[in-house]
This record gives sequence, C-alpha cells and structure tokens, in this order.
Amino acid sequence: MFNELANWLVVDVMNMELSSRLGGALHFFIYDTTKILFLLAVMIFAISFIRSFFPPEKVKEWLEGRRKGAASVMAAFLGVLSPFCSCSTVPLFIGFVEAGIPLGITFTFLISSPIVNEISLVMLFSIFGWKVALIYVLAGMTLAIVAGSIIGRLKMEKHVESYVYEIAAGQERTQMPSGDSKTFAEKFKALFTREELKERTTFAARNVVETVQKIWLYLLIGIGIGAFIHGYAPQDLLVKYAGEDNFFAVPIATILGVPLYSNAVGSLPIVEALLNKGVGAGTALAFMMAITALSLPEMILLRKVIKPKLIAVFVGVVATGIILIGYGFNAIL
Amino acid sequence: MNIKILGTGCKKCQELEKNTRMAVEELQLDAQVEKVEDIREIMKYKVMSTPALVVDEKVVSTGKLLTVNELKSALA
Repeated sequence: MFNELANWLVVDVMNMELSSRLGGALHFFIYDTTKILFLLAVMIFAISFIRSFFPPEKVKEWLEGRRKGAASVMAAFLGVLSPFCSCSTVPLFIGFVEAGIPLGITFTFLISSPIVNEISLVMLFSIFGWKVALIYVLAGMTLAIVAGSIIGRLKMEKHVESYVYEIAAGQERTQMPSGDSKTFAEKFKALFTREELKERTTFAARNVVETVQKIWLYLLIGIGIGAFIHGYAPQDLLVKYAGEDNFFAVPIATILGVPLYSNAVGSLPIVEALLNKGVGAGTALAFMMAITALSLPEMILLRKVIKPKLIAVFVGVVATGIILIGYGFNAIL
Repeated sequence: MNIKILGTGCKKCQELEKNTRMAVEELQLDAQVEKVEDIREIMKYKVMSTPALVVDEKVVSTGKLLTVNELKSALA
C-alpha cells in the first residue's frame, strides 16, 4: 500500500524514474515516512492501552517477595509491558529498594524497560519484519535477565547511595489492603468498565499525539539522511567499513549508539539505508539496543541513586552483552 | 486547599505545574500550588512515577500529564 503510494507520487505525479538517484531517494523518503508514521500511530495506541494496566506501582507489588529466578524473568517481562519515563528512574529505583526487591532484579527491570519500547519495535518491524522484531524483544529480555543476575551476584549493594536506604528505612511499610473481599473475577471486570475503558483509550490516544509531536522532526531528518545514503552513498566504501566482515563494526555501532539517546526514530532509517548497502543486521540491532539501553541522560539520573562504580559495572555489563548479541546476529541472520 | 506537584524537574512535571495553576485560576480556587522536587519528600507519598498530583496530602494521579480540563474536574 505504502509502496504503491510512493511509486505513484514519484513516477506518475513527479514524472521520475525509480532507478534514477533522485527518484530512488524520493521514493525511499515517501515510502518510509508514510509507513513508519502509520505504524507508529497504530502501535503506540495499542501498546499504551496495554501499558495502562501495568503501572510501576503494580509491578513493584508483583515483584515483592518473589523468588529470585521467577522475579528475574518477571522483571524482564514486566519491563517490556511497563515502560517508564526516564524522569521516573529515581523514584522507581527507590521504590524498588524500599520494597526489598534485590538490586539485580531492579536492574533487570531498568534494562528491559527501555530496550523494548513501542518506538524501537515499530522501527524494527517496519524495517526488518516481525521475525527480527521478535528476536530483538527476546534478545533484549535475555540481556536484561543475564546482566541483572551478574550485577546481583557482584554484591554491589554498598554502591547504592546511602540516602536511598535511609529513605527506604524511614518509610513505614504499607500493607496493601488485602482485606477486600472482591474475587479475582470481580477485580478483573472492574478493569473493563465503560469509564475505565474510556480513560485508557484517552490515555492511549494522547500518547500517540505526544509521541508523534516529540519525534516527527527527528524521524524526517533521519529518513532524509537515509534517503540520501540510499540514493548517493558509495556501496563499496560502506561495506568495507561497516560490513559483516569488519570485526570492529559491532563495537563501534554500540559506542555510537550511546549519545544518540531518544533518537532511535531518527537513527533507524539511516540504519535501514546502510543495511541495503551491505551493513550487517547484527550491527544494526546492536546499534538500536545501545541507543535505547545505554543513554547518557539515564546514567546521569542513575548517578543520583548509585555510585560511579556501580554505574561503570552497569554500563560495562550491558555494553558487553549488546556487543555479543550483535556478533551473534551477524553470524546467524 | 493545598496542591502539590511532585516531580524531579522533567518537562512533563513543569507542564503539569503550569496546567494546574491555570486550572486553579480558571476555577478561581483558593489554593496553594507547590512544586516538590526533593526526592525524599516525593518518596513520602510512595509515588513511583512522576509527575504526580497531590491534593490536600492525597495522591490524585501519578505518571500522567493531566490537561487543564481534567485538572478542573479533579479539583472542582
């Protein structure tokens, strides 16, 4: 559908050959913009709707007092369903500590949540198809579980700022009102009353507007650069430096991803164009993961609750994991 | 009436404060609007996602940027 639209605009309306450089670049630009914007709107709506059932307060409640193995898998899974705004990192972290959730599990959640978000999913889905998007989700969850367990094993509790424990100790433990006599079915039904649904739909719709407002410019710039690469960049040069045969392509992509925080939308169209020119798929996935999981602003926020050494361990473990995933995908995809 | 906006200073928190002040003005409420940025203070309300809205020491909403209209119906 989007392909036909782009074809029609370029060939019939603008009277250009698709095989010409400008025609090819324009086709890439129109096709990508319409397809990605449409998918983004649909997916953000759907995901925000699902997400409204999984606020972080609930997540904390579900993870409290669970066994380590189960909690670890659950934290990774809930991280997928319950993305949080990075400005909530600090209260979230303290809330988890206060609930007695182990440090490793907290990190599993903190890693899994940003990696798998609606924007990266839409971008991966529209560029690589649902199989790669699914593999990305599973790889992201695995990375979160493994990295979280390693951080848990390292016994880094003393590298959490002491005021966090003071706040946690100062809180009287709130007992969740467990005395209510509602059955599970009744509670479940209460989640789907007309008013509840209306509120969740409004929430989802507003998220679509907010997100699109936030990202459209980056998206257009990214697609613009991608279109330029698509039409004009020399293929041999790119393959030489970023192709599957270059051993350093994955680590370099991972490092490049760090400062590009929140520009997943702008970066992926560039990656798409690069891929068509022979850059490895694993390199592209590593790039995407690094953009989402290793963000500078989030590290600055984390610094408020944990000491530099633990941040260094967090970055080291996650970056190593991402690089390994990149090599793995380059080998199998 | 005492209204507090809990938030560590992100953009959404600032916008919620702005919207709240507008809602208070439009409703002509006799209310104090206060921004709470200290994380210790914020944690006293057991809030895990910011921005949060607290009216007379009760948490009304968390993790949401409410519009002026929504705030008006919540405060009225």
